[in-house]
Amino acid sequence: MSNATAYCSPFAHAGSSVSSIMLQVCFALVPCTAFGLYLFGWPAIFLFLVTCLAAVVTELLCLFLLKQPWYRVLDGSALLTGWLIAITLPPWAPWWIGVVGGFFAIAIGKQLYGGIGQNIFNPAMLARTALLITFPLQMTSWVAPAPMGTAMAPGFQEALGITFLSASVPDGLTGATALGHLKTSLTLEIPATEILAENFVLWKSFLGLSAGSMGETSELLILLGAAFLFWRGIIQWHIPVAMLASLTLISFIFNYSNETSYADFLFHLTSGGVLLGAFFIATDPITSPISNLAKLIFGAGCGLLIYIIRTWGGFPEAVAFSVLFMNSFAPLIDRYCRPRVYGRLPGGKPLPQLSPVDLGREVGRRR
Amino acid sequence: MVMAILAITALGAGLGILLGLAGKFFAVEEENPLVKEIEAMMPGSQCGQCGFPGCAPAAKAVVDGEVGLNFCPPGGRALVEDLARILDIDPGSVGEVAKPLVANINESLCVGCTKCLKACPTDAVVGANGQIHAVLFDACTGCKKCFDVCPEDCISMDEEAETLRSWHWPKPAAA
Amino acid sequence: MFHGLLKLPQVRGGVHPHGHKDRSAALHILKTELPEKLYLPLRQHAGAEAIPIVKVGDKVLKGQLIAVAPSEVSAPVHASSSGTVIEIGEITAAHPSGLTSSAIIIQTDGEDRWIDLHKLENPYEEEPLVLANRVAEAGIVGMGGAIFPAAVKLKQGTKHEIKTVLVNGSECEPYLTCDDRLMREKAEEIIEGARLIRHILRAYRVVIAIEDNKPEAIAAMQAAAEAYGVIEVEVVPSRYPMGSAKQLIQEITGREVPAGGRSTSVGVLVHNVGTVYAIYEALVYGKPLISRVVTVAGACVARPRNVEALNGTPIEHLFEACGGLESEPAKLVLGGPMMGIPLPSVDVPTIKGATGVLALAKKEIPREESSPCIRCASCVEACPMGLLPLEMAARSRAEDLEGASEYGLSDCILCGSCSYVCPSHIPLVQYFQFAKGELDTKRVAARKMEYTVELSLAKKARIEAEKAAKAAEKAAKKAARKKTVKPTKPAAVTQVAEPESAEQQEETA
Repeated sequence: MSNATAYCSPFAHAGSSVSSIMLQVCFALVPCTAFGLYLFGWPAIFLFLVTCLAAVVTELLCLFLLKQPWYRVLDGSALLTGWLIAITLPPWAPWWIGVVGGFFAIAIGKQLYGGIGQNIFNPAMLARTALLITFPLQMTSWVAPAPMGTAMAPGFQEALGITFLSASVPDGLTGATALGHLKTSLTLEIPATEILAENFVLWKSFLGLSAGSMGETSELLILLGAAFLFWRGIIQWHIPVAMLASLTLISFIFNYSNETSYADFLFHLTSGGVLLGAFFIATDPITSPISNLAKLIFGAGCGLLIYIIRTWGGFPEAVAFSVLFMNSFAPLIDRYCRPRVYGRLPGGKPLPQLSPVDLGREVGRRR
Repeated sequence: MVMAILAITALGAGLGILLGLAGKFFAVEEENPLVKEIEAMMPGSQCGQCGFPGCAPAAKAVVDGEVGLNFCPPGGRALVEDLARILDIDPGSVGEVAKPLVANINESLCVGCTKCLKACPTDAVVGANGQIHAVLFDACTGCKKCFDVCPEDCISMDEEAETLRSWHWPKPAAA
Repeated sequence: MFHGLLKLPQVRGGVHPHGHKDRSAALHILKTELPEKLYLPLRQHAGAEAIPIVKVGDKVLKGQLIAVAPSEVSAPVHASSSGTVIEIGEITAAHPSGLTSSAIIIQTDGEDRWIDLHKLENPYEEEPLVLANRVAEAGIVGMGGAIFPAAVKLKQGTKHEIKTVLVNGSECEPYLTCDDRLMREKAEEIIEGARLIRHILRAYRVVIAIEDNKPEAIAAMQAAAEAYGVIEVEVVPSRYPMGSAKQLIQEITGREVPAGGRSTSVGVLVHNVGTVYAIYEALVYGKPLISRVVTVAGACVARPRNVEALNGTPIEHLFEACGGLESEPAKLVLGGPMMGIPLPSVDVPTIKGATGVLALAKKEIPREESSPCIRCASCVEACPMGLLPLEMAARSRAEDLEGASEYGLSDCILCGSCSYVCPSHIPLVQYFQFAKGELDTKRVAARKMEYTVELSLAKKARIEAEKAAKAAEKAAKKAARKKTVKPTKPAAVTQVAEPESAEQQEETA
């Protein structure tokens, strides 16, 4: 057999590729990341670069050790993972947080499972969770926005000190996130309405002018990136919509029943990493289920868990935990939610033969 | 104390009796019924390609674990899977089965002695006295019985040739 | 009843590959010059190989029967031009394996002289079965590429109740325009053919389905169909694989063919427009299927167009008719790019199922090294059958054939939509082809085993019977010798005769 005929049809391709998907997701992340970098200045920029670099270098190292072609790194998945970790970190965290995160995500979260496509858990969220549990102090040291060019923003030299030498952060800038504040204040039996009235301004939160992770703060820009992904057909609506809808519903119900103990749904939707999680993290194809129904269940589960952990759990933020939890369920959900096959009933049995009466019935096209 | 001793003794005695009865009632007969079952699944041409003098000894060897499940070339992969099912073994762990062979008669040498015809257990050789014989590949199990009896050495055992019907796409090269 | 309640969704999935149809669709169908030699394979159809009835050296006429069908599911072969049979032997088959197939080779004499044809003045007066037999004698097979004998389908239709004759003119494969051109140029003949099929099946209505990217063909068919109320021309959206029978039936009737069933089970019979035209020619003029319209296209072809090619014409001859090849093709394909088969060389002949021959340049077949699956589910969205191609491929790759079947391998129509969209460039279709092939091989082996077990048992029984017969004979002789008185021969004979006849019975059985 000649070599020229060694593969079969189709002899055409839509032209998509893994790297183009990954790079388009990165592109969609540019607005919110750029805004976060501007908001938190040089220390954030350093941390971002270090984290991405760590992820890519770890990927190269793993490929080398696993004797895989080095150019696999060009698929962009390592860059995207590093990027996602970076924008969920406290912006002024020390450099080694980023390095450990990048290394953990790629080496343990991805390559140990067998490389791209084989991991059960979202590597970026796995790394973030690991960091949060191992280094709770560094992972919860938030700073108030200090946009570049303003008086409060640290200069280049100062920033090098913050990121690489663990120089102390100027006192006026430290601050808790709205979620963290709510959690600690509720334990002091202060009503939720009061806490939020003091600490939470919806429009500021929506635009991103609040304390938080590097790229999670601006809901508006995240939505912009998500719109791009929808337009390119890279993500489907099922997971984000189900996730946001379930979170909205449950927070609305609890807030409606008891305003003093539970925050309203707008607060939940615009705080923390919910939107980033819904559009960029839960939609990770590798760790989310396949069929549409399964995606809806998966998304709804994520939203529900976020609320449960935020409200009754030990951590103020819950996106990473919920996504990881649902990741572990994805194969199970997939198993029970297969799409119906043409010519078969939902259970998999062939469609029944038409009775002569049915056969005789006039049928036409549905328009 | 006495209660405990009594209880344990009673338990021991009860279980012992149960075991004894089970041994009587569920005793396996001298010949393992599995052997018969496996023999029925095999081609039954007593061809000896496995190295045993017939299908029954081979079936016994399989049950005793003396040979792997891939012992029978005429049975091929299909037999391996049937056996794996009733023996509860993962068919993936069984190695490749040797390609079954078929007999080919060299027409220029055949004298039409009908010896092979008589030796063939599946009537795969056709012909008549004094006429050149031919092999029906669909019926040939590659048992070599004809090969052994041919006085003219005109029979060769070859792998079945690939045809347009038997060809299929190979597995793509590893990704 | 339950089925009626079940609302079935519209055609799912599918892809929109670039058409590449403009150039070949713009030109008239070209009649090619007579090639010097014609290579007519004995199997150009699904089913058993035809058996030659001519010898080397025989003179044959155009349209003469040269090989007959040995069984119902098969098709005869006719000489596609007049000349001399110069060889009956093996030629490179139009098949990706590069293996050979047996063929009759005819040296043409240039006269192209027809055999006497038996015309039918009014085919509508004939019995349906007579007409179906006429289609069978003409060697007509499914010309959309399925190559299933057309007459078998027609006869099936006479057994089942067929409401709708669906004429498939959707031609969803890129590059191919042979059906488009045929509909534009032979609209009336196709309509007449469709009416004849309706007559054979006693069907209620005829629907001609055409994709919306062929406005000229739609106009031509509508004009030709206007005179007959029962013939509807339906415009269907251009979406691959709309031309697949199952998807087209779903689009037109809203019904799904039950898994494992045939189109006839939902009261529909599908024929390609090329087949319908061939049926018309056979029924009205008595012409056997000896030529067809073939699209010659691809970036390497100088002037892509449709040609009417005699069966058995080497495809090299077709390329020459279209201005030759401008550059070395990266891939020769028989059929369309989505489901066609790669060809080993330009020497292979045109066969009855050849919708097109493509000489594709490297730039047209973007093929990258495949990378691991990222479970993006693009294939799930593209699959028109609602399968999970990624799961099937993963199992086929691990040679877990049972697992692959459990995920619906048998429902896969090999349309290639999944491979087309896969961002990891995984050759999904080849995994399915491989797994299906392995399953087939196993089935064949299992059948052979069963057969040989039966044979060996039969032989054993026969030998036992022979032994018993011999023993009985011996005993009888002994008894005869002992009795010095008159031997009771008649009794002995009957005794012997009994097992012998039993044995004979077994042998014939």
